Amino acid sequence: MSRLLPFFAFLALCGLFGFGIWWNSHHDQTAIPSPLINKPVPDFALPELYDPAKVVTRKDLLGQPYLLNVFASWCIECAVEHPLLKTAIPALGIKLVGYNYKDQPGDAKAWLARHGNPYQVLVADVTGQTAIDFGVYAAPETFLIDAKGVIRYKRIGPFTPEVIEKELKPAIAALAKESQ
Amino acid sequence: MTPELGQLALILALLLALAQSILPLIGAWRGNRALIAIARPAAAGQAAFVIVAFALLVWAFLHFDFSVAYVADNSNLALPWYYRIAAVWGAHEGSMLLWVLILNLWTLAVAAFSRNLPDDFVARVLGVLGLVSVGFLTFILFTSNPFARLLPMPADGGDLNPVLQDPGMTFHPPVIYMGYVGFSVAFAFSIAALLGGGMEQAWVRWARSWTNVAWAFLTAGIVAGSWWAYAELGWGGWWFWDPVENASFMPWLVGTALIHAQAVTEKRGSLRAWTILLSIFAFSLSLLGTFLVRSGVLTSVHAFASDPRRGLFILAFLAVVVGGSLLLYALRAPKVAGGKSFAVVSRETAVLVGNLMFTVAAAMVLLGTLFPLIGDAFNLGRISVGPPYFGFLFPLLMAPVVLLLPFGPFLRWGRGEPGVIGSIALRAGIAALACAIVAAFFVHGRARALVGVASAVWCVVGTLLYVYKRYREVPAGRRYPAEMAGMLLAHFGVGIFLAGVLLSESLSVTRDVRMAPGDTQTIGSYSFRFDGVKQTSGPNWTGSQGAITVSRDGSVVGVMHPQKRTYTREQVQTESAIDPGVTRDLYVALGEPMNPNDLGGAWAMRLYVKPFIRWLWAGGLFMMLGGFVAAGDRRFRTRRVADSERTMPAATNAGERLAAARESHA
Repeated sequence: MSRLLPFFAFLALCGLFGFGIWWNSHHDQTAIPSPLINKPVPDFALPELYDPAKVVTRKDLLGQPYLLNVFASWCIECAVEHPLLKTAIPALGIKLVGYNYKDQPGDAKAWLARHGNPYQVLVADVTGQTAIDFGVYAAPETFLIDAKGVIRYKRIGPFTPEVIEKELKPAIAALAKESQ
Repeated sequence: MTPELGQLALILALLLALAQSILPLIGAWRGNRALIAIARPAAAGQAAFVIVAFALLVWAFLHFDFSVAYVADNSNLALPWYYRIAAVWGAHEGSMLLWVLILNLWTLAVAAFSRNLPDDFVARVLGVLGLVSVGFLTFILFTSNPFARLLPMPADGGDLNPVLQDPGMTFHPPVIYMGYVGFSVAFAFSIAALLGGGMEQAWVRWARSWTNVAWAFLTAGIVAGSWWAYAELGWGGWWFWDPVENASFMPWLVGTALIHAQAVTEKRGSLRAWTILLSIFAFSLSLLGTFLVRSGVLTSVHAFASDPRRGLFILAFLAVVVGGSLLLYALRAPKVAGGKSFAVVSRETAVLVGNLMFTVAAAMVLLGTLFPLIGDAFNLGRISVGPPYFGFLFPLLMAPVVLLLPFGPFLRWGRGEPGVIGSIALRAGIAALACAIVAAFFVHGRARALVGVASAVWCVVGTLLYVYKRYREVPAGRRYPAEMAGMLLAHFGVGIFLAGVLLSESLSVTRDVRMAPGDTQTIGSYSFRFDGVKQTSGPNWTGSQGAITVSRDGSVVGVMHPQKRTYTREQVQTESAIDPGVTRDLYVALGEPMNPNDLGGAWAMRLYVKPFIRWLWAGGLFMMLGGFVAAGDRRFRTRRVADSERTMPAATNAGERLAAARESHA
């Protein structure tokens, strides 16, 4: 029996490698799970893009779930994602908050004028200081935040129809079930 | 046209490999001499076609045949001819072809130098080597064809990874593959012994020189790789516990255990099953290394090609080869512990403790390397273990080995005299302590440096004491047979290596500084004066070259020229400047210009003084030399089996059984 031990140990190793191959072909190597999932949204106070005198804070957005979409006029992928924000996201019936990241307000406004503005609320983080608290390292990134202000889901990179169908919809459905 | 010929040659080689593996194995099993006789010609034929294929790929590189995708990806018109040859193994497809080429060279050598071994044993050995070759040739033809065409043909190619454009890197892969693949011979011998049964001891003696040569090549390859990392990567480090380094280090650790275990089995008949298991492990870890580097299961700075389809193929191949051999081992390994018994104080015990430590160390490295994967599998999150894990556990496991090393040669087989241990320990210990005390005045009480001096002196003095004992007690001419001389050289090398590692690790000084032309930095007694940067160029790169004048106590030691090169494809590569020395290396790497528009101005610069670092490679080279010298021992050169029957009882048995088997089948 003891002579079979090396063989069984090797079988376990093969299982691990098989798993490794499967895992790598099904997971994005660059995806880093956000440590902020299931944590409250960091405190923030950012001016509105179109009305800098008015400051939006974390508390202002409590009470109903929303999507926080980090975008910038300099971000090429954001323009790719943008049509979906105008069509697929409103169909989900969720509030969409725009987070303009490291952008000149003039550039951002011109970009929105060209591509359309799907956001119900629009804040600007010109220096990118607040975005550090959110763990943003590139645009676009999108957070799903529940009515209590807790981050429930995060998407790094642009949305695609598949991701909306497979990841975002179930996440929103889960929120709706909880509130009932 | 020639690429298609190359492909055709590979297909023919595959067919011959199938013939070489299946027919002789059946022949040896059924006692059919005609089938057994196929082994050698088939091996020679396969080798011929693999050599043709390899030569055609070299030819395609030398003649800029960019219609071959692999050539277009890895070379261009500006690449000098020697790097175009190195580019043959600069990426995945070509390095797999190199693997098969080297496997065939080993096979050819076995076929040529085994005239005195029993025919059916050789048939089995060549058959097993053929099976390994079948796996790799299929892998190349179906997933990584180096001859695939690229249409339309580009006017110029890409570039060989500039990290690889270094003389050290030209030799590193072939040498390390010589080692990796060389373990396939020891593996094939064990499998042949398991398949054949009966010859539980004789085969080990035949396998010993092959294993020693493979181990020596692997040692040389690792030394070259470590030297290359030091000279080329610009971090001043020489070992990073990177998955790919670990992939070459694990077979080395098991191989070290194997060459010692083989000595025990050959001379005393003990540890027979263990020796077989180690041969399987050593080769399995070589295959595993290939798998880890090529499959993309682990991501590493080295992993230049990864593709899940390839990974799946190698995994299946690994499962068949390793799983199959381990199953065979479970079924056929010697059931009863054989050989002569040994006391607690004996050379066998010393070797066994060393074996245990080396095997556990290999398992430790394997665990550390696979840790990110285990983390994913059991949902523990993204974790990886790095130098702290290895750096803590490895010295801990090797400490008993270093402690035992001087005693090994003094201990007798079977039963050693405890008195010898005491007197050796006393003399080597006093020497080590004395040197450490003297060294304490120079190293400012740094504990690791003192441990380095003490352990190095312990190993070197212990080894020299044995050299002296042989000199005194044995008449000239028989004092140092090759096997023993090799062992002594390698053990001496361990001491040199320890001094190099521990002294350079604890005494090195690193300084990251901003230097404007004319600035001077002082490290210890050396002062580095920055004389500015000028533009320079090579055959396929342009770059900035700094000039740093180093002086000591007012007299100039030399002028160093670190470079920062930009290759044709905008790839940037640092070429550090090294001023070598026996007691210290000076090492300068050029960082970034402070102002990108003013290359003549201030630069970020890294300056190192690394005492005794050269000793660690010197130690490695002594170990390598030891392996080669030991392999040349005349005892391993087999005479006709019939001649050796008088001296080798086990061989007699085997020979008789073989003869009986032949008669019964005839």
